[in-house]
Amino acid sequence: MAIRLTAEQQAILDGKKGETMAKVMKTLVMYGEAFGATEMVPVTGEKGHLVTSFGLKVMNPVYDLMDQLIEAGALSSQKFSVDPKPLDKNVPANFLQKLIFNKFMYSKQASYDEQLRKMGLMNDNAYTCACYLDEINNTPKKGDVLSWAESSAVVFVNSVLGARCNRNSGIIELFGSIVGYVPKFGLLTDEGRKATWIVEVKTTSKPEAQVLGSAIGMKVMEDVPYIKGLTDFIGNELNDDAKAYLKDFGAATASNGAVGLYHIEGLTPEAVEQGEDIIAENPQVYVIDDAELKRVKDSYPCIWKDKNAKPKLCFIGCPHLSYAQLIQWTLDVENALKASGKSKVCIPTVFTTAPDVMDKFNKTEYAQRLKNTGVILSYICPLMYMNNPLCKSMPVITNSNKLRTYTTSRYYTSAEILEKITKGV
Amino acid sequence: MKTFKGRPVVPGKAKASALVSHGGFNTLASFQNALQFGDKTAKCGDQNNPDIYQQPMVDTALCLPQTIGSTTGGMVLYCAAAMERNPACMLFSKPIDSLAAAGAILADVWTDRNMPVIDNLGDEFLDYVKTGMTITVDEDGTVTVE
Repeated sequence: MAIRLTAEQQAILDGKKGETMAKVMKTLVMYGEAFGATEMVPVTGEKGHLVTSFGLKVMNPVYDLMDQLIEAGALSSQKFSVDPKPLDKNVPANFLQKLIFNKFMYSKQASYDEQLRKMGLMNDNAYTCACYLDEINNTPKKGDVLSWAESSAVVFVNSVLGARCNRNSGIIELFGSIVGYVPKFGLLTDEGRKATWIVEVKTTSKPEAQVLGSAIGMKVMEDVPYIKGLTDFIGNELNDDAKAYLKDFGAATASNGAVGLYHIEGLTPEAVEQGEDIIAENPQVYVIDDAELKRVKDSYPCIWKDKNAKPKLCFIGCPHLSYAQLIQWTLDVENALKASGKSKVCIPTVFTTAPDVMDKFNKTEYAQRLKNTGVILSYICPLMYMNNPLCKSMPVITNSNKLRTYTTSRYYTSAEILEKITKGV
Repeated sequence: MKTFKGRPVVPGKAKASALVSHGGFNTLASFQNALQFGDKTAKCGDQNNPDIYQQPMVDTALCLPQTIGSTTGGMVLYCAAAMERNPACMLFSKPIDSLAAAGAILADVWTDRNMPVIDNLGDEFLDYVKTGMTITVDEDGTVTVE
């Protein structure tokens, strides 16, 4: 079925705003038609978010396209944030790595940053995957229609904030911000937001967010799950702790599967409002107990050459840590070091967070306390850091299931990671 | 020989050898090494996909249920097409997902490459087709497997 366009939308498609804008609109119309959209609706969220933050030399087609858009005046109609930068001189790297990062891999970074500024970047601090955190000033409201990408951000704003956004791809999200319209389908519709799975959490203790998310993502793929039993462990209030848990949980559902929206019974806004009415007819059921979580965690392959190698680096913060998580991790590392009679972490460890969160944290006493433990604080994207042949052969550990999925890093739970970095076992 | 009928998301003709992924195809994890490090055969880099891990993807008839993973997926597929490292065609047993559709359409509108993309071929298609079989795709979404 063809999309019905308004006169303004049709004019753009017909080239009244130039050939490039017409191609942008044509792309969005084709995209919508692939999913049976019947109309294009206005983007009502105040700001956008882009997934592509890296100036990778080999991604030239993207930068050529950006040039084409900028030259044609096809700029974003709204300010936007973007995913984290791939480089930070504070993160440990040897001479060869630095050479490869700066001279070969990310040699387009400066020019791409400039393209982003011209296109509508919020500010020079707006590089984070967790752009919805309060400190960033890009927190959508319930019901806002968005044109965002970044799988972990999309699943968070849909599920926890009640905004409406499809799992858009990079470039498509920018196109929606340029024309100010997106095709209405999928997670933008009431029907598309209904749960087709019921997940029953029957564990004996609070499930590790990143393993629970992984299990659900692998099972339901792109479907919408309605999760029962989780509030027994994380409570019925969307406070900082619950939001942080859901941030990490959602990132795992989106990277280990393709989840764009989940509902938590008694907690997330649409589940609270609609209860089980938000569940579609004849949902499938997935029961998760301790054995199932163990099965999923044990299934993760370790592709290190030497499986017993001593880790050379540890990343915590994919997605970026919230301010509350940063403080909690600082306290946890301090206490664990004290208990083990050590003063510094045994494995080079990097905590990653948004630049604005880092600025806030650095104004507190915790900044020096964290520094004293030897942990490095960075705004980097660990995933981008690890995407090179040198890091591929490097034994890196993480508590991020997303990082595990896309790199050679090895996954451990947060408790296991804490033990490793503070006791070296 | 068996024939299946799907929906052409990007119509076109192709003939290629099948490469079959029974699990979700993680576009970023599969293509990132190939795009970054000059692998013109585009060997699949997704360690979680044993069906096609380390198998060359260029010029194959990539058969899959749907794509999963990072929302860079469509952009990555677009880059693969612009850099001539894309499959000859993509054949989805399920309805196409938003990331794959974006990549297929970006490749169609913004590059000169022709990469037919057919979806809704059904679970039977993915049960029947095996890596190495010959696939022929027609404009109307007919897929012949032999």
